[in-house]
Amino acid sequence: MERIPILKIGSYLLVSIQVDMHDRLAMSLQDDLTAHIVKARAKGVLIDISSLELVDSFIGRTLGNIAAMSRVLDAQTVLVGMRPAVAITLVELGMSLPGVRTALNVDQGLALLQTAIDQGDHGAGDGV
Amino acid sequence: MPATASESLPISGPDDVVVVRQRVRELAIMLGFRLVDQTKLVTAASELARNTLQHGRGGKVEITTLQDGSKKGLRLVFEDQGPGIPDIERALTDGFTTGGGLGLGLGGSKRLCNEFSVESEPGRGTRVMIARWA
Repeated sequence: MERIPILKIGSYLLVSIQVDMHDRLAMSLQDDLTAHIVKARAKGVLIDISSLELVDSFIGRTLGNIAAMSRVLDAQTVLVGMRPAVAITLVELGMSLPGVRTALNVDQGLALLQTAIDQGDHGAGDGV
Repeated sequence: MPATASESLPISGPDDVVVVRQRVRELAIMLGFRLVDQTKLVTAASELARNTLQHGRGGKVEITTLQDGSKKGLRLVFEDQGPGIPDIERALTDGFTTGGGLGLGLGGSKRLCNEFSVESEPGRGTRVMIARWA
């Protein structure tokens, strides 16, 4: 079965979604990534969606779930590279991805991860 | 509004949802939709194709290119013979779901398009029409 590769760089995991995701692929990414976080003792997860031309409610929900699950596993998630047209559509659809940290590109995403980890911050959506 | 060409695609598995959105994207580009308009229409198509699959137990989509003077557009009609929607008003409310999702599909798709209608008969199926102009 098709898989989205997960790369380990130091204590981070890097995922770059390069394909039009069908629902099963999104679910398998969620499963694979949580397993990798534990196995690699990762502190941060960077998800690059700059190639994604579409984020619908299912993919959006999966990304939100990944961020929440990572947080529970003591890892921070940053979503990077969302295209402007995707952002406009997602908000109009009714999804603003609460609890998901975002950055414009991989560089800024890595900086954000580092800051979050240094501060022992547990995510944007805790409300505490 | 005169229709210029029409085609039908089956929606019977998760891969078909991807095929539908890729075809809608191709046609939207061909008709000169701006990127944001393409993305809105393709996202609405993805939501409704998934609804057809999950709630309607599969069905089809009829894709029609429209021309009204110099205006070009796309109309998508999703049809299934599933259980139908007992309360359409409620199904259009954000957050209402019976499928374990977020309940944004129907109401969200309506916001992403210029024209929207839904007809449903309990036990007989559901027909959702959306259209967007380039």
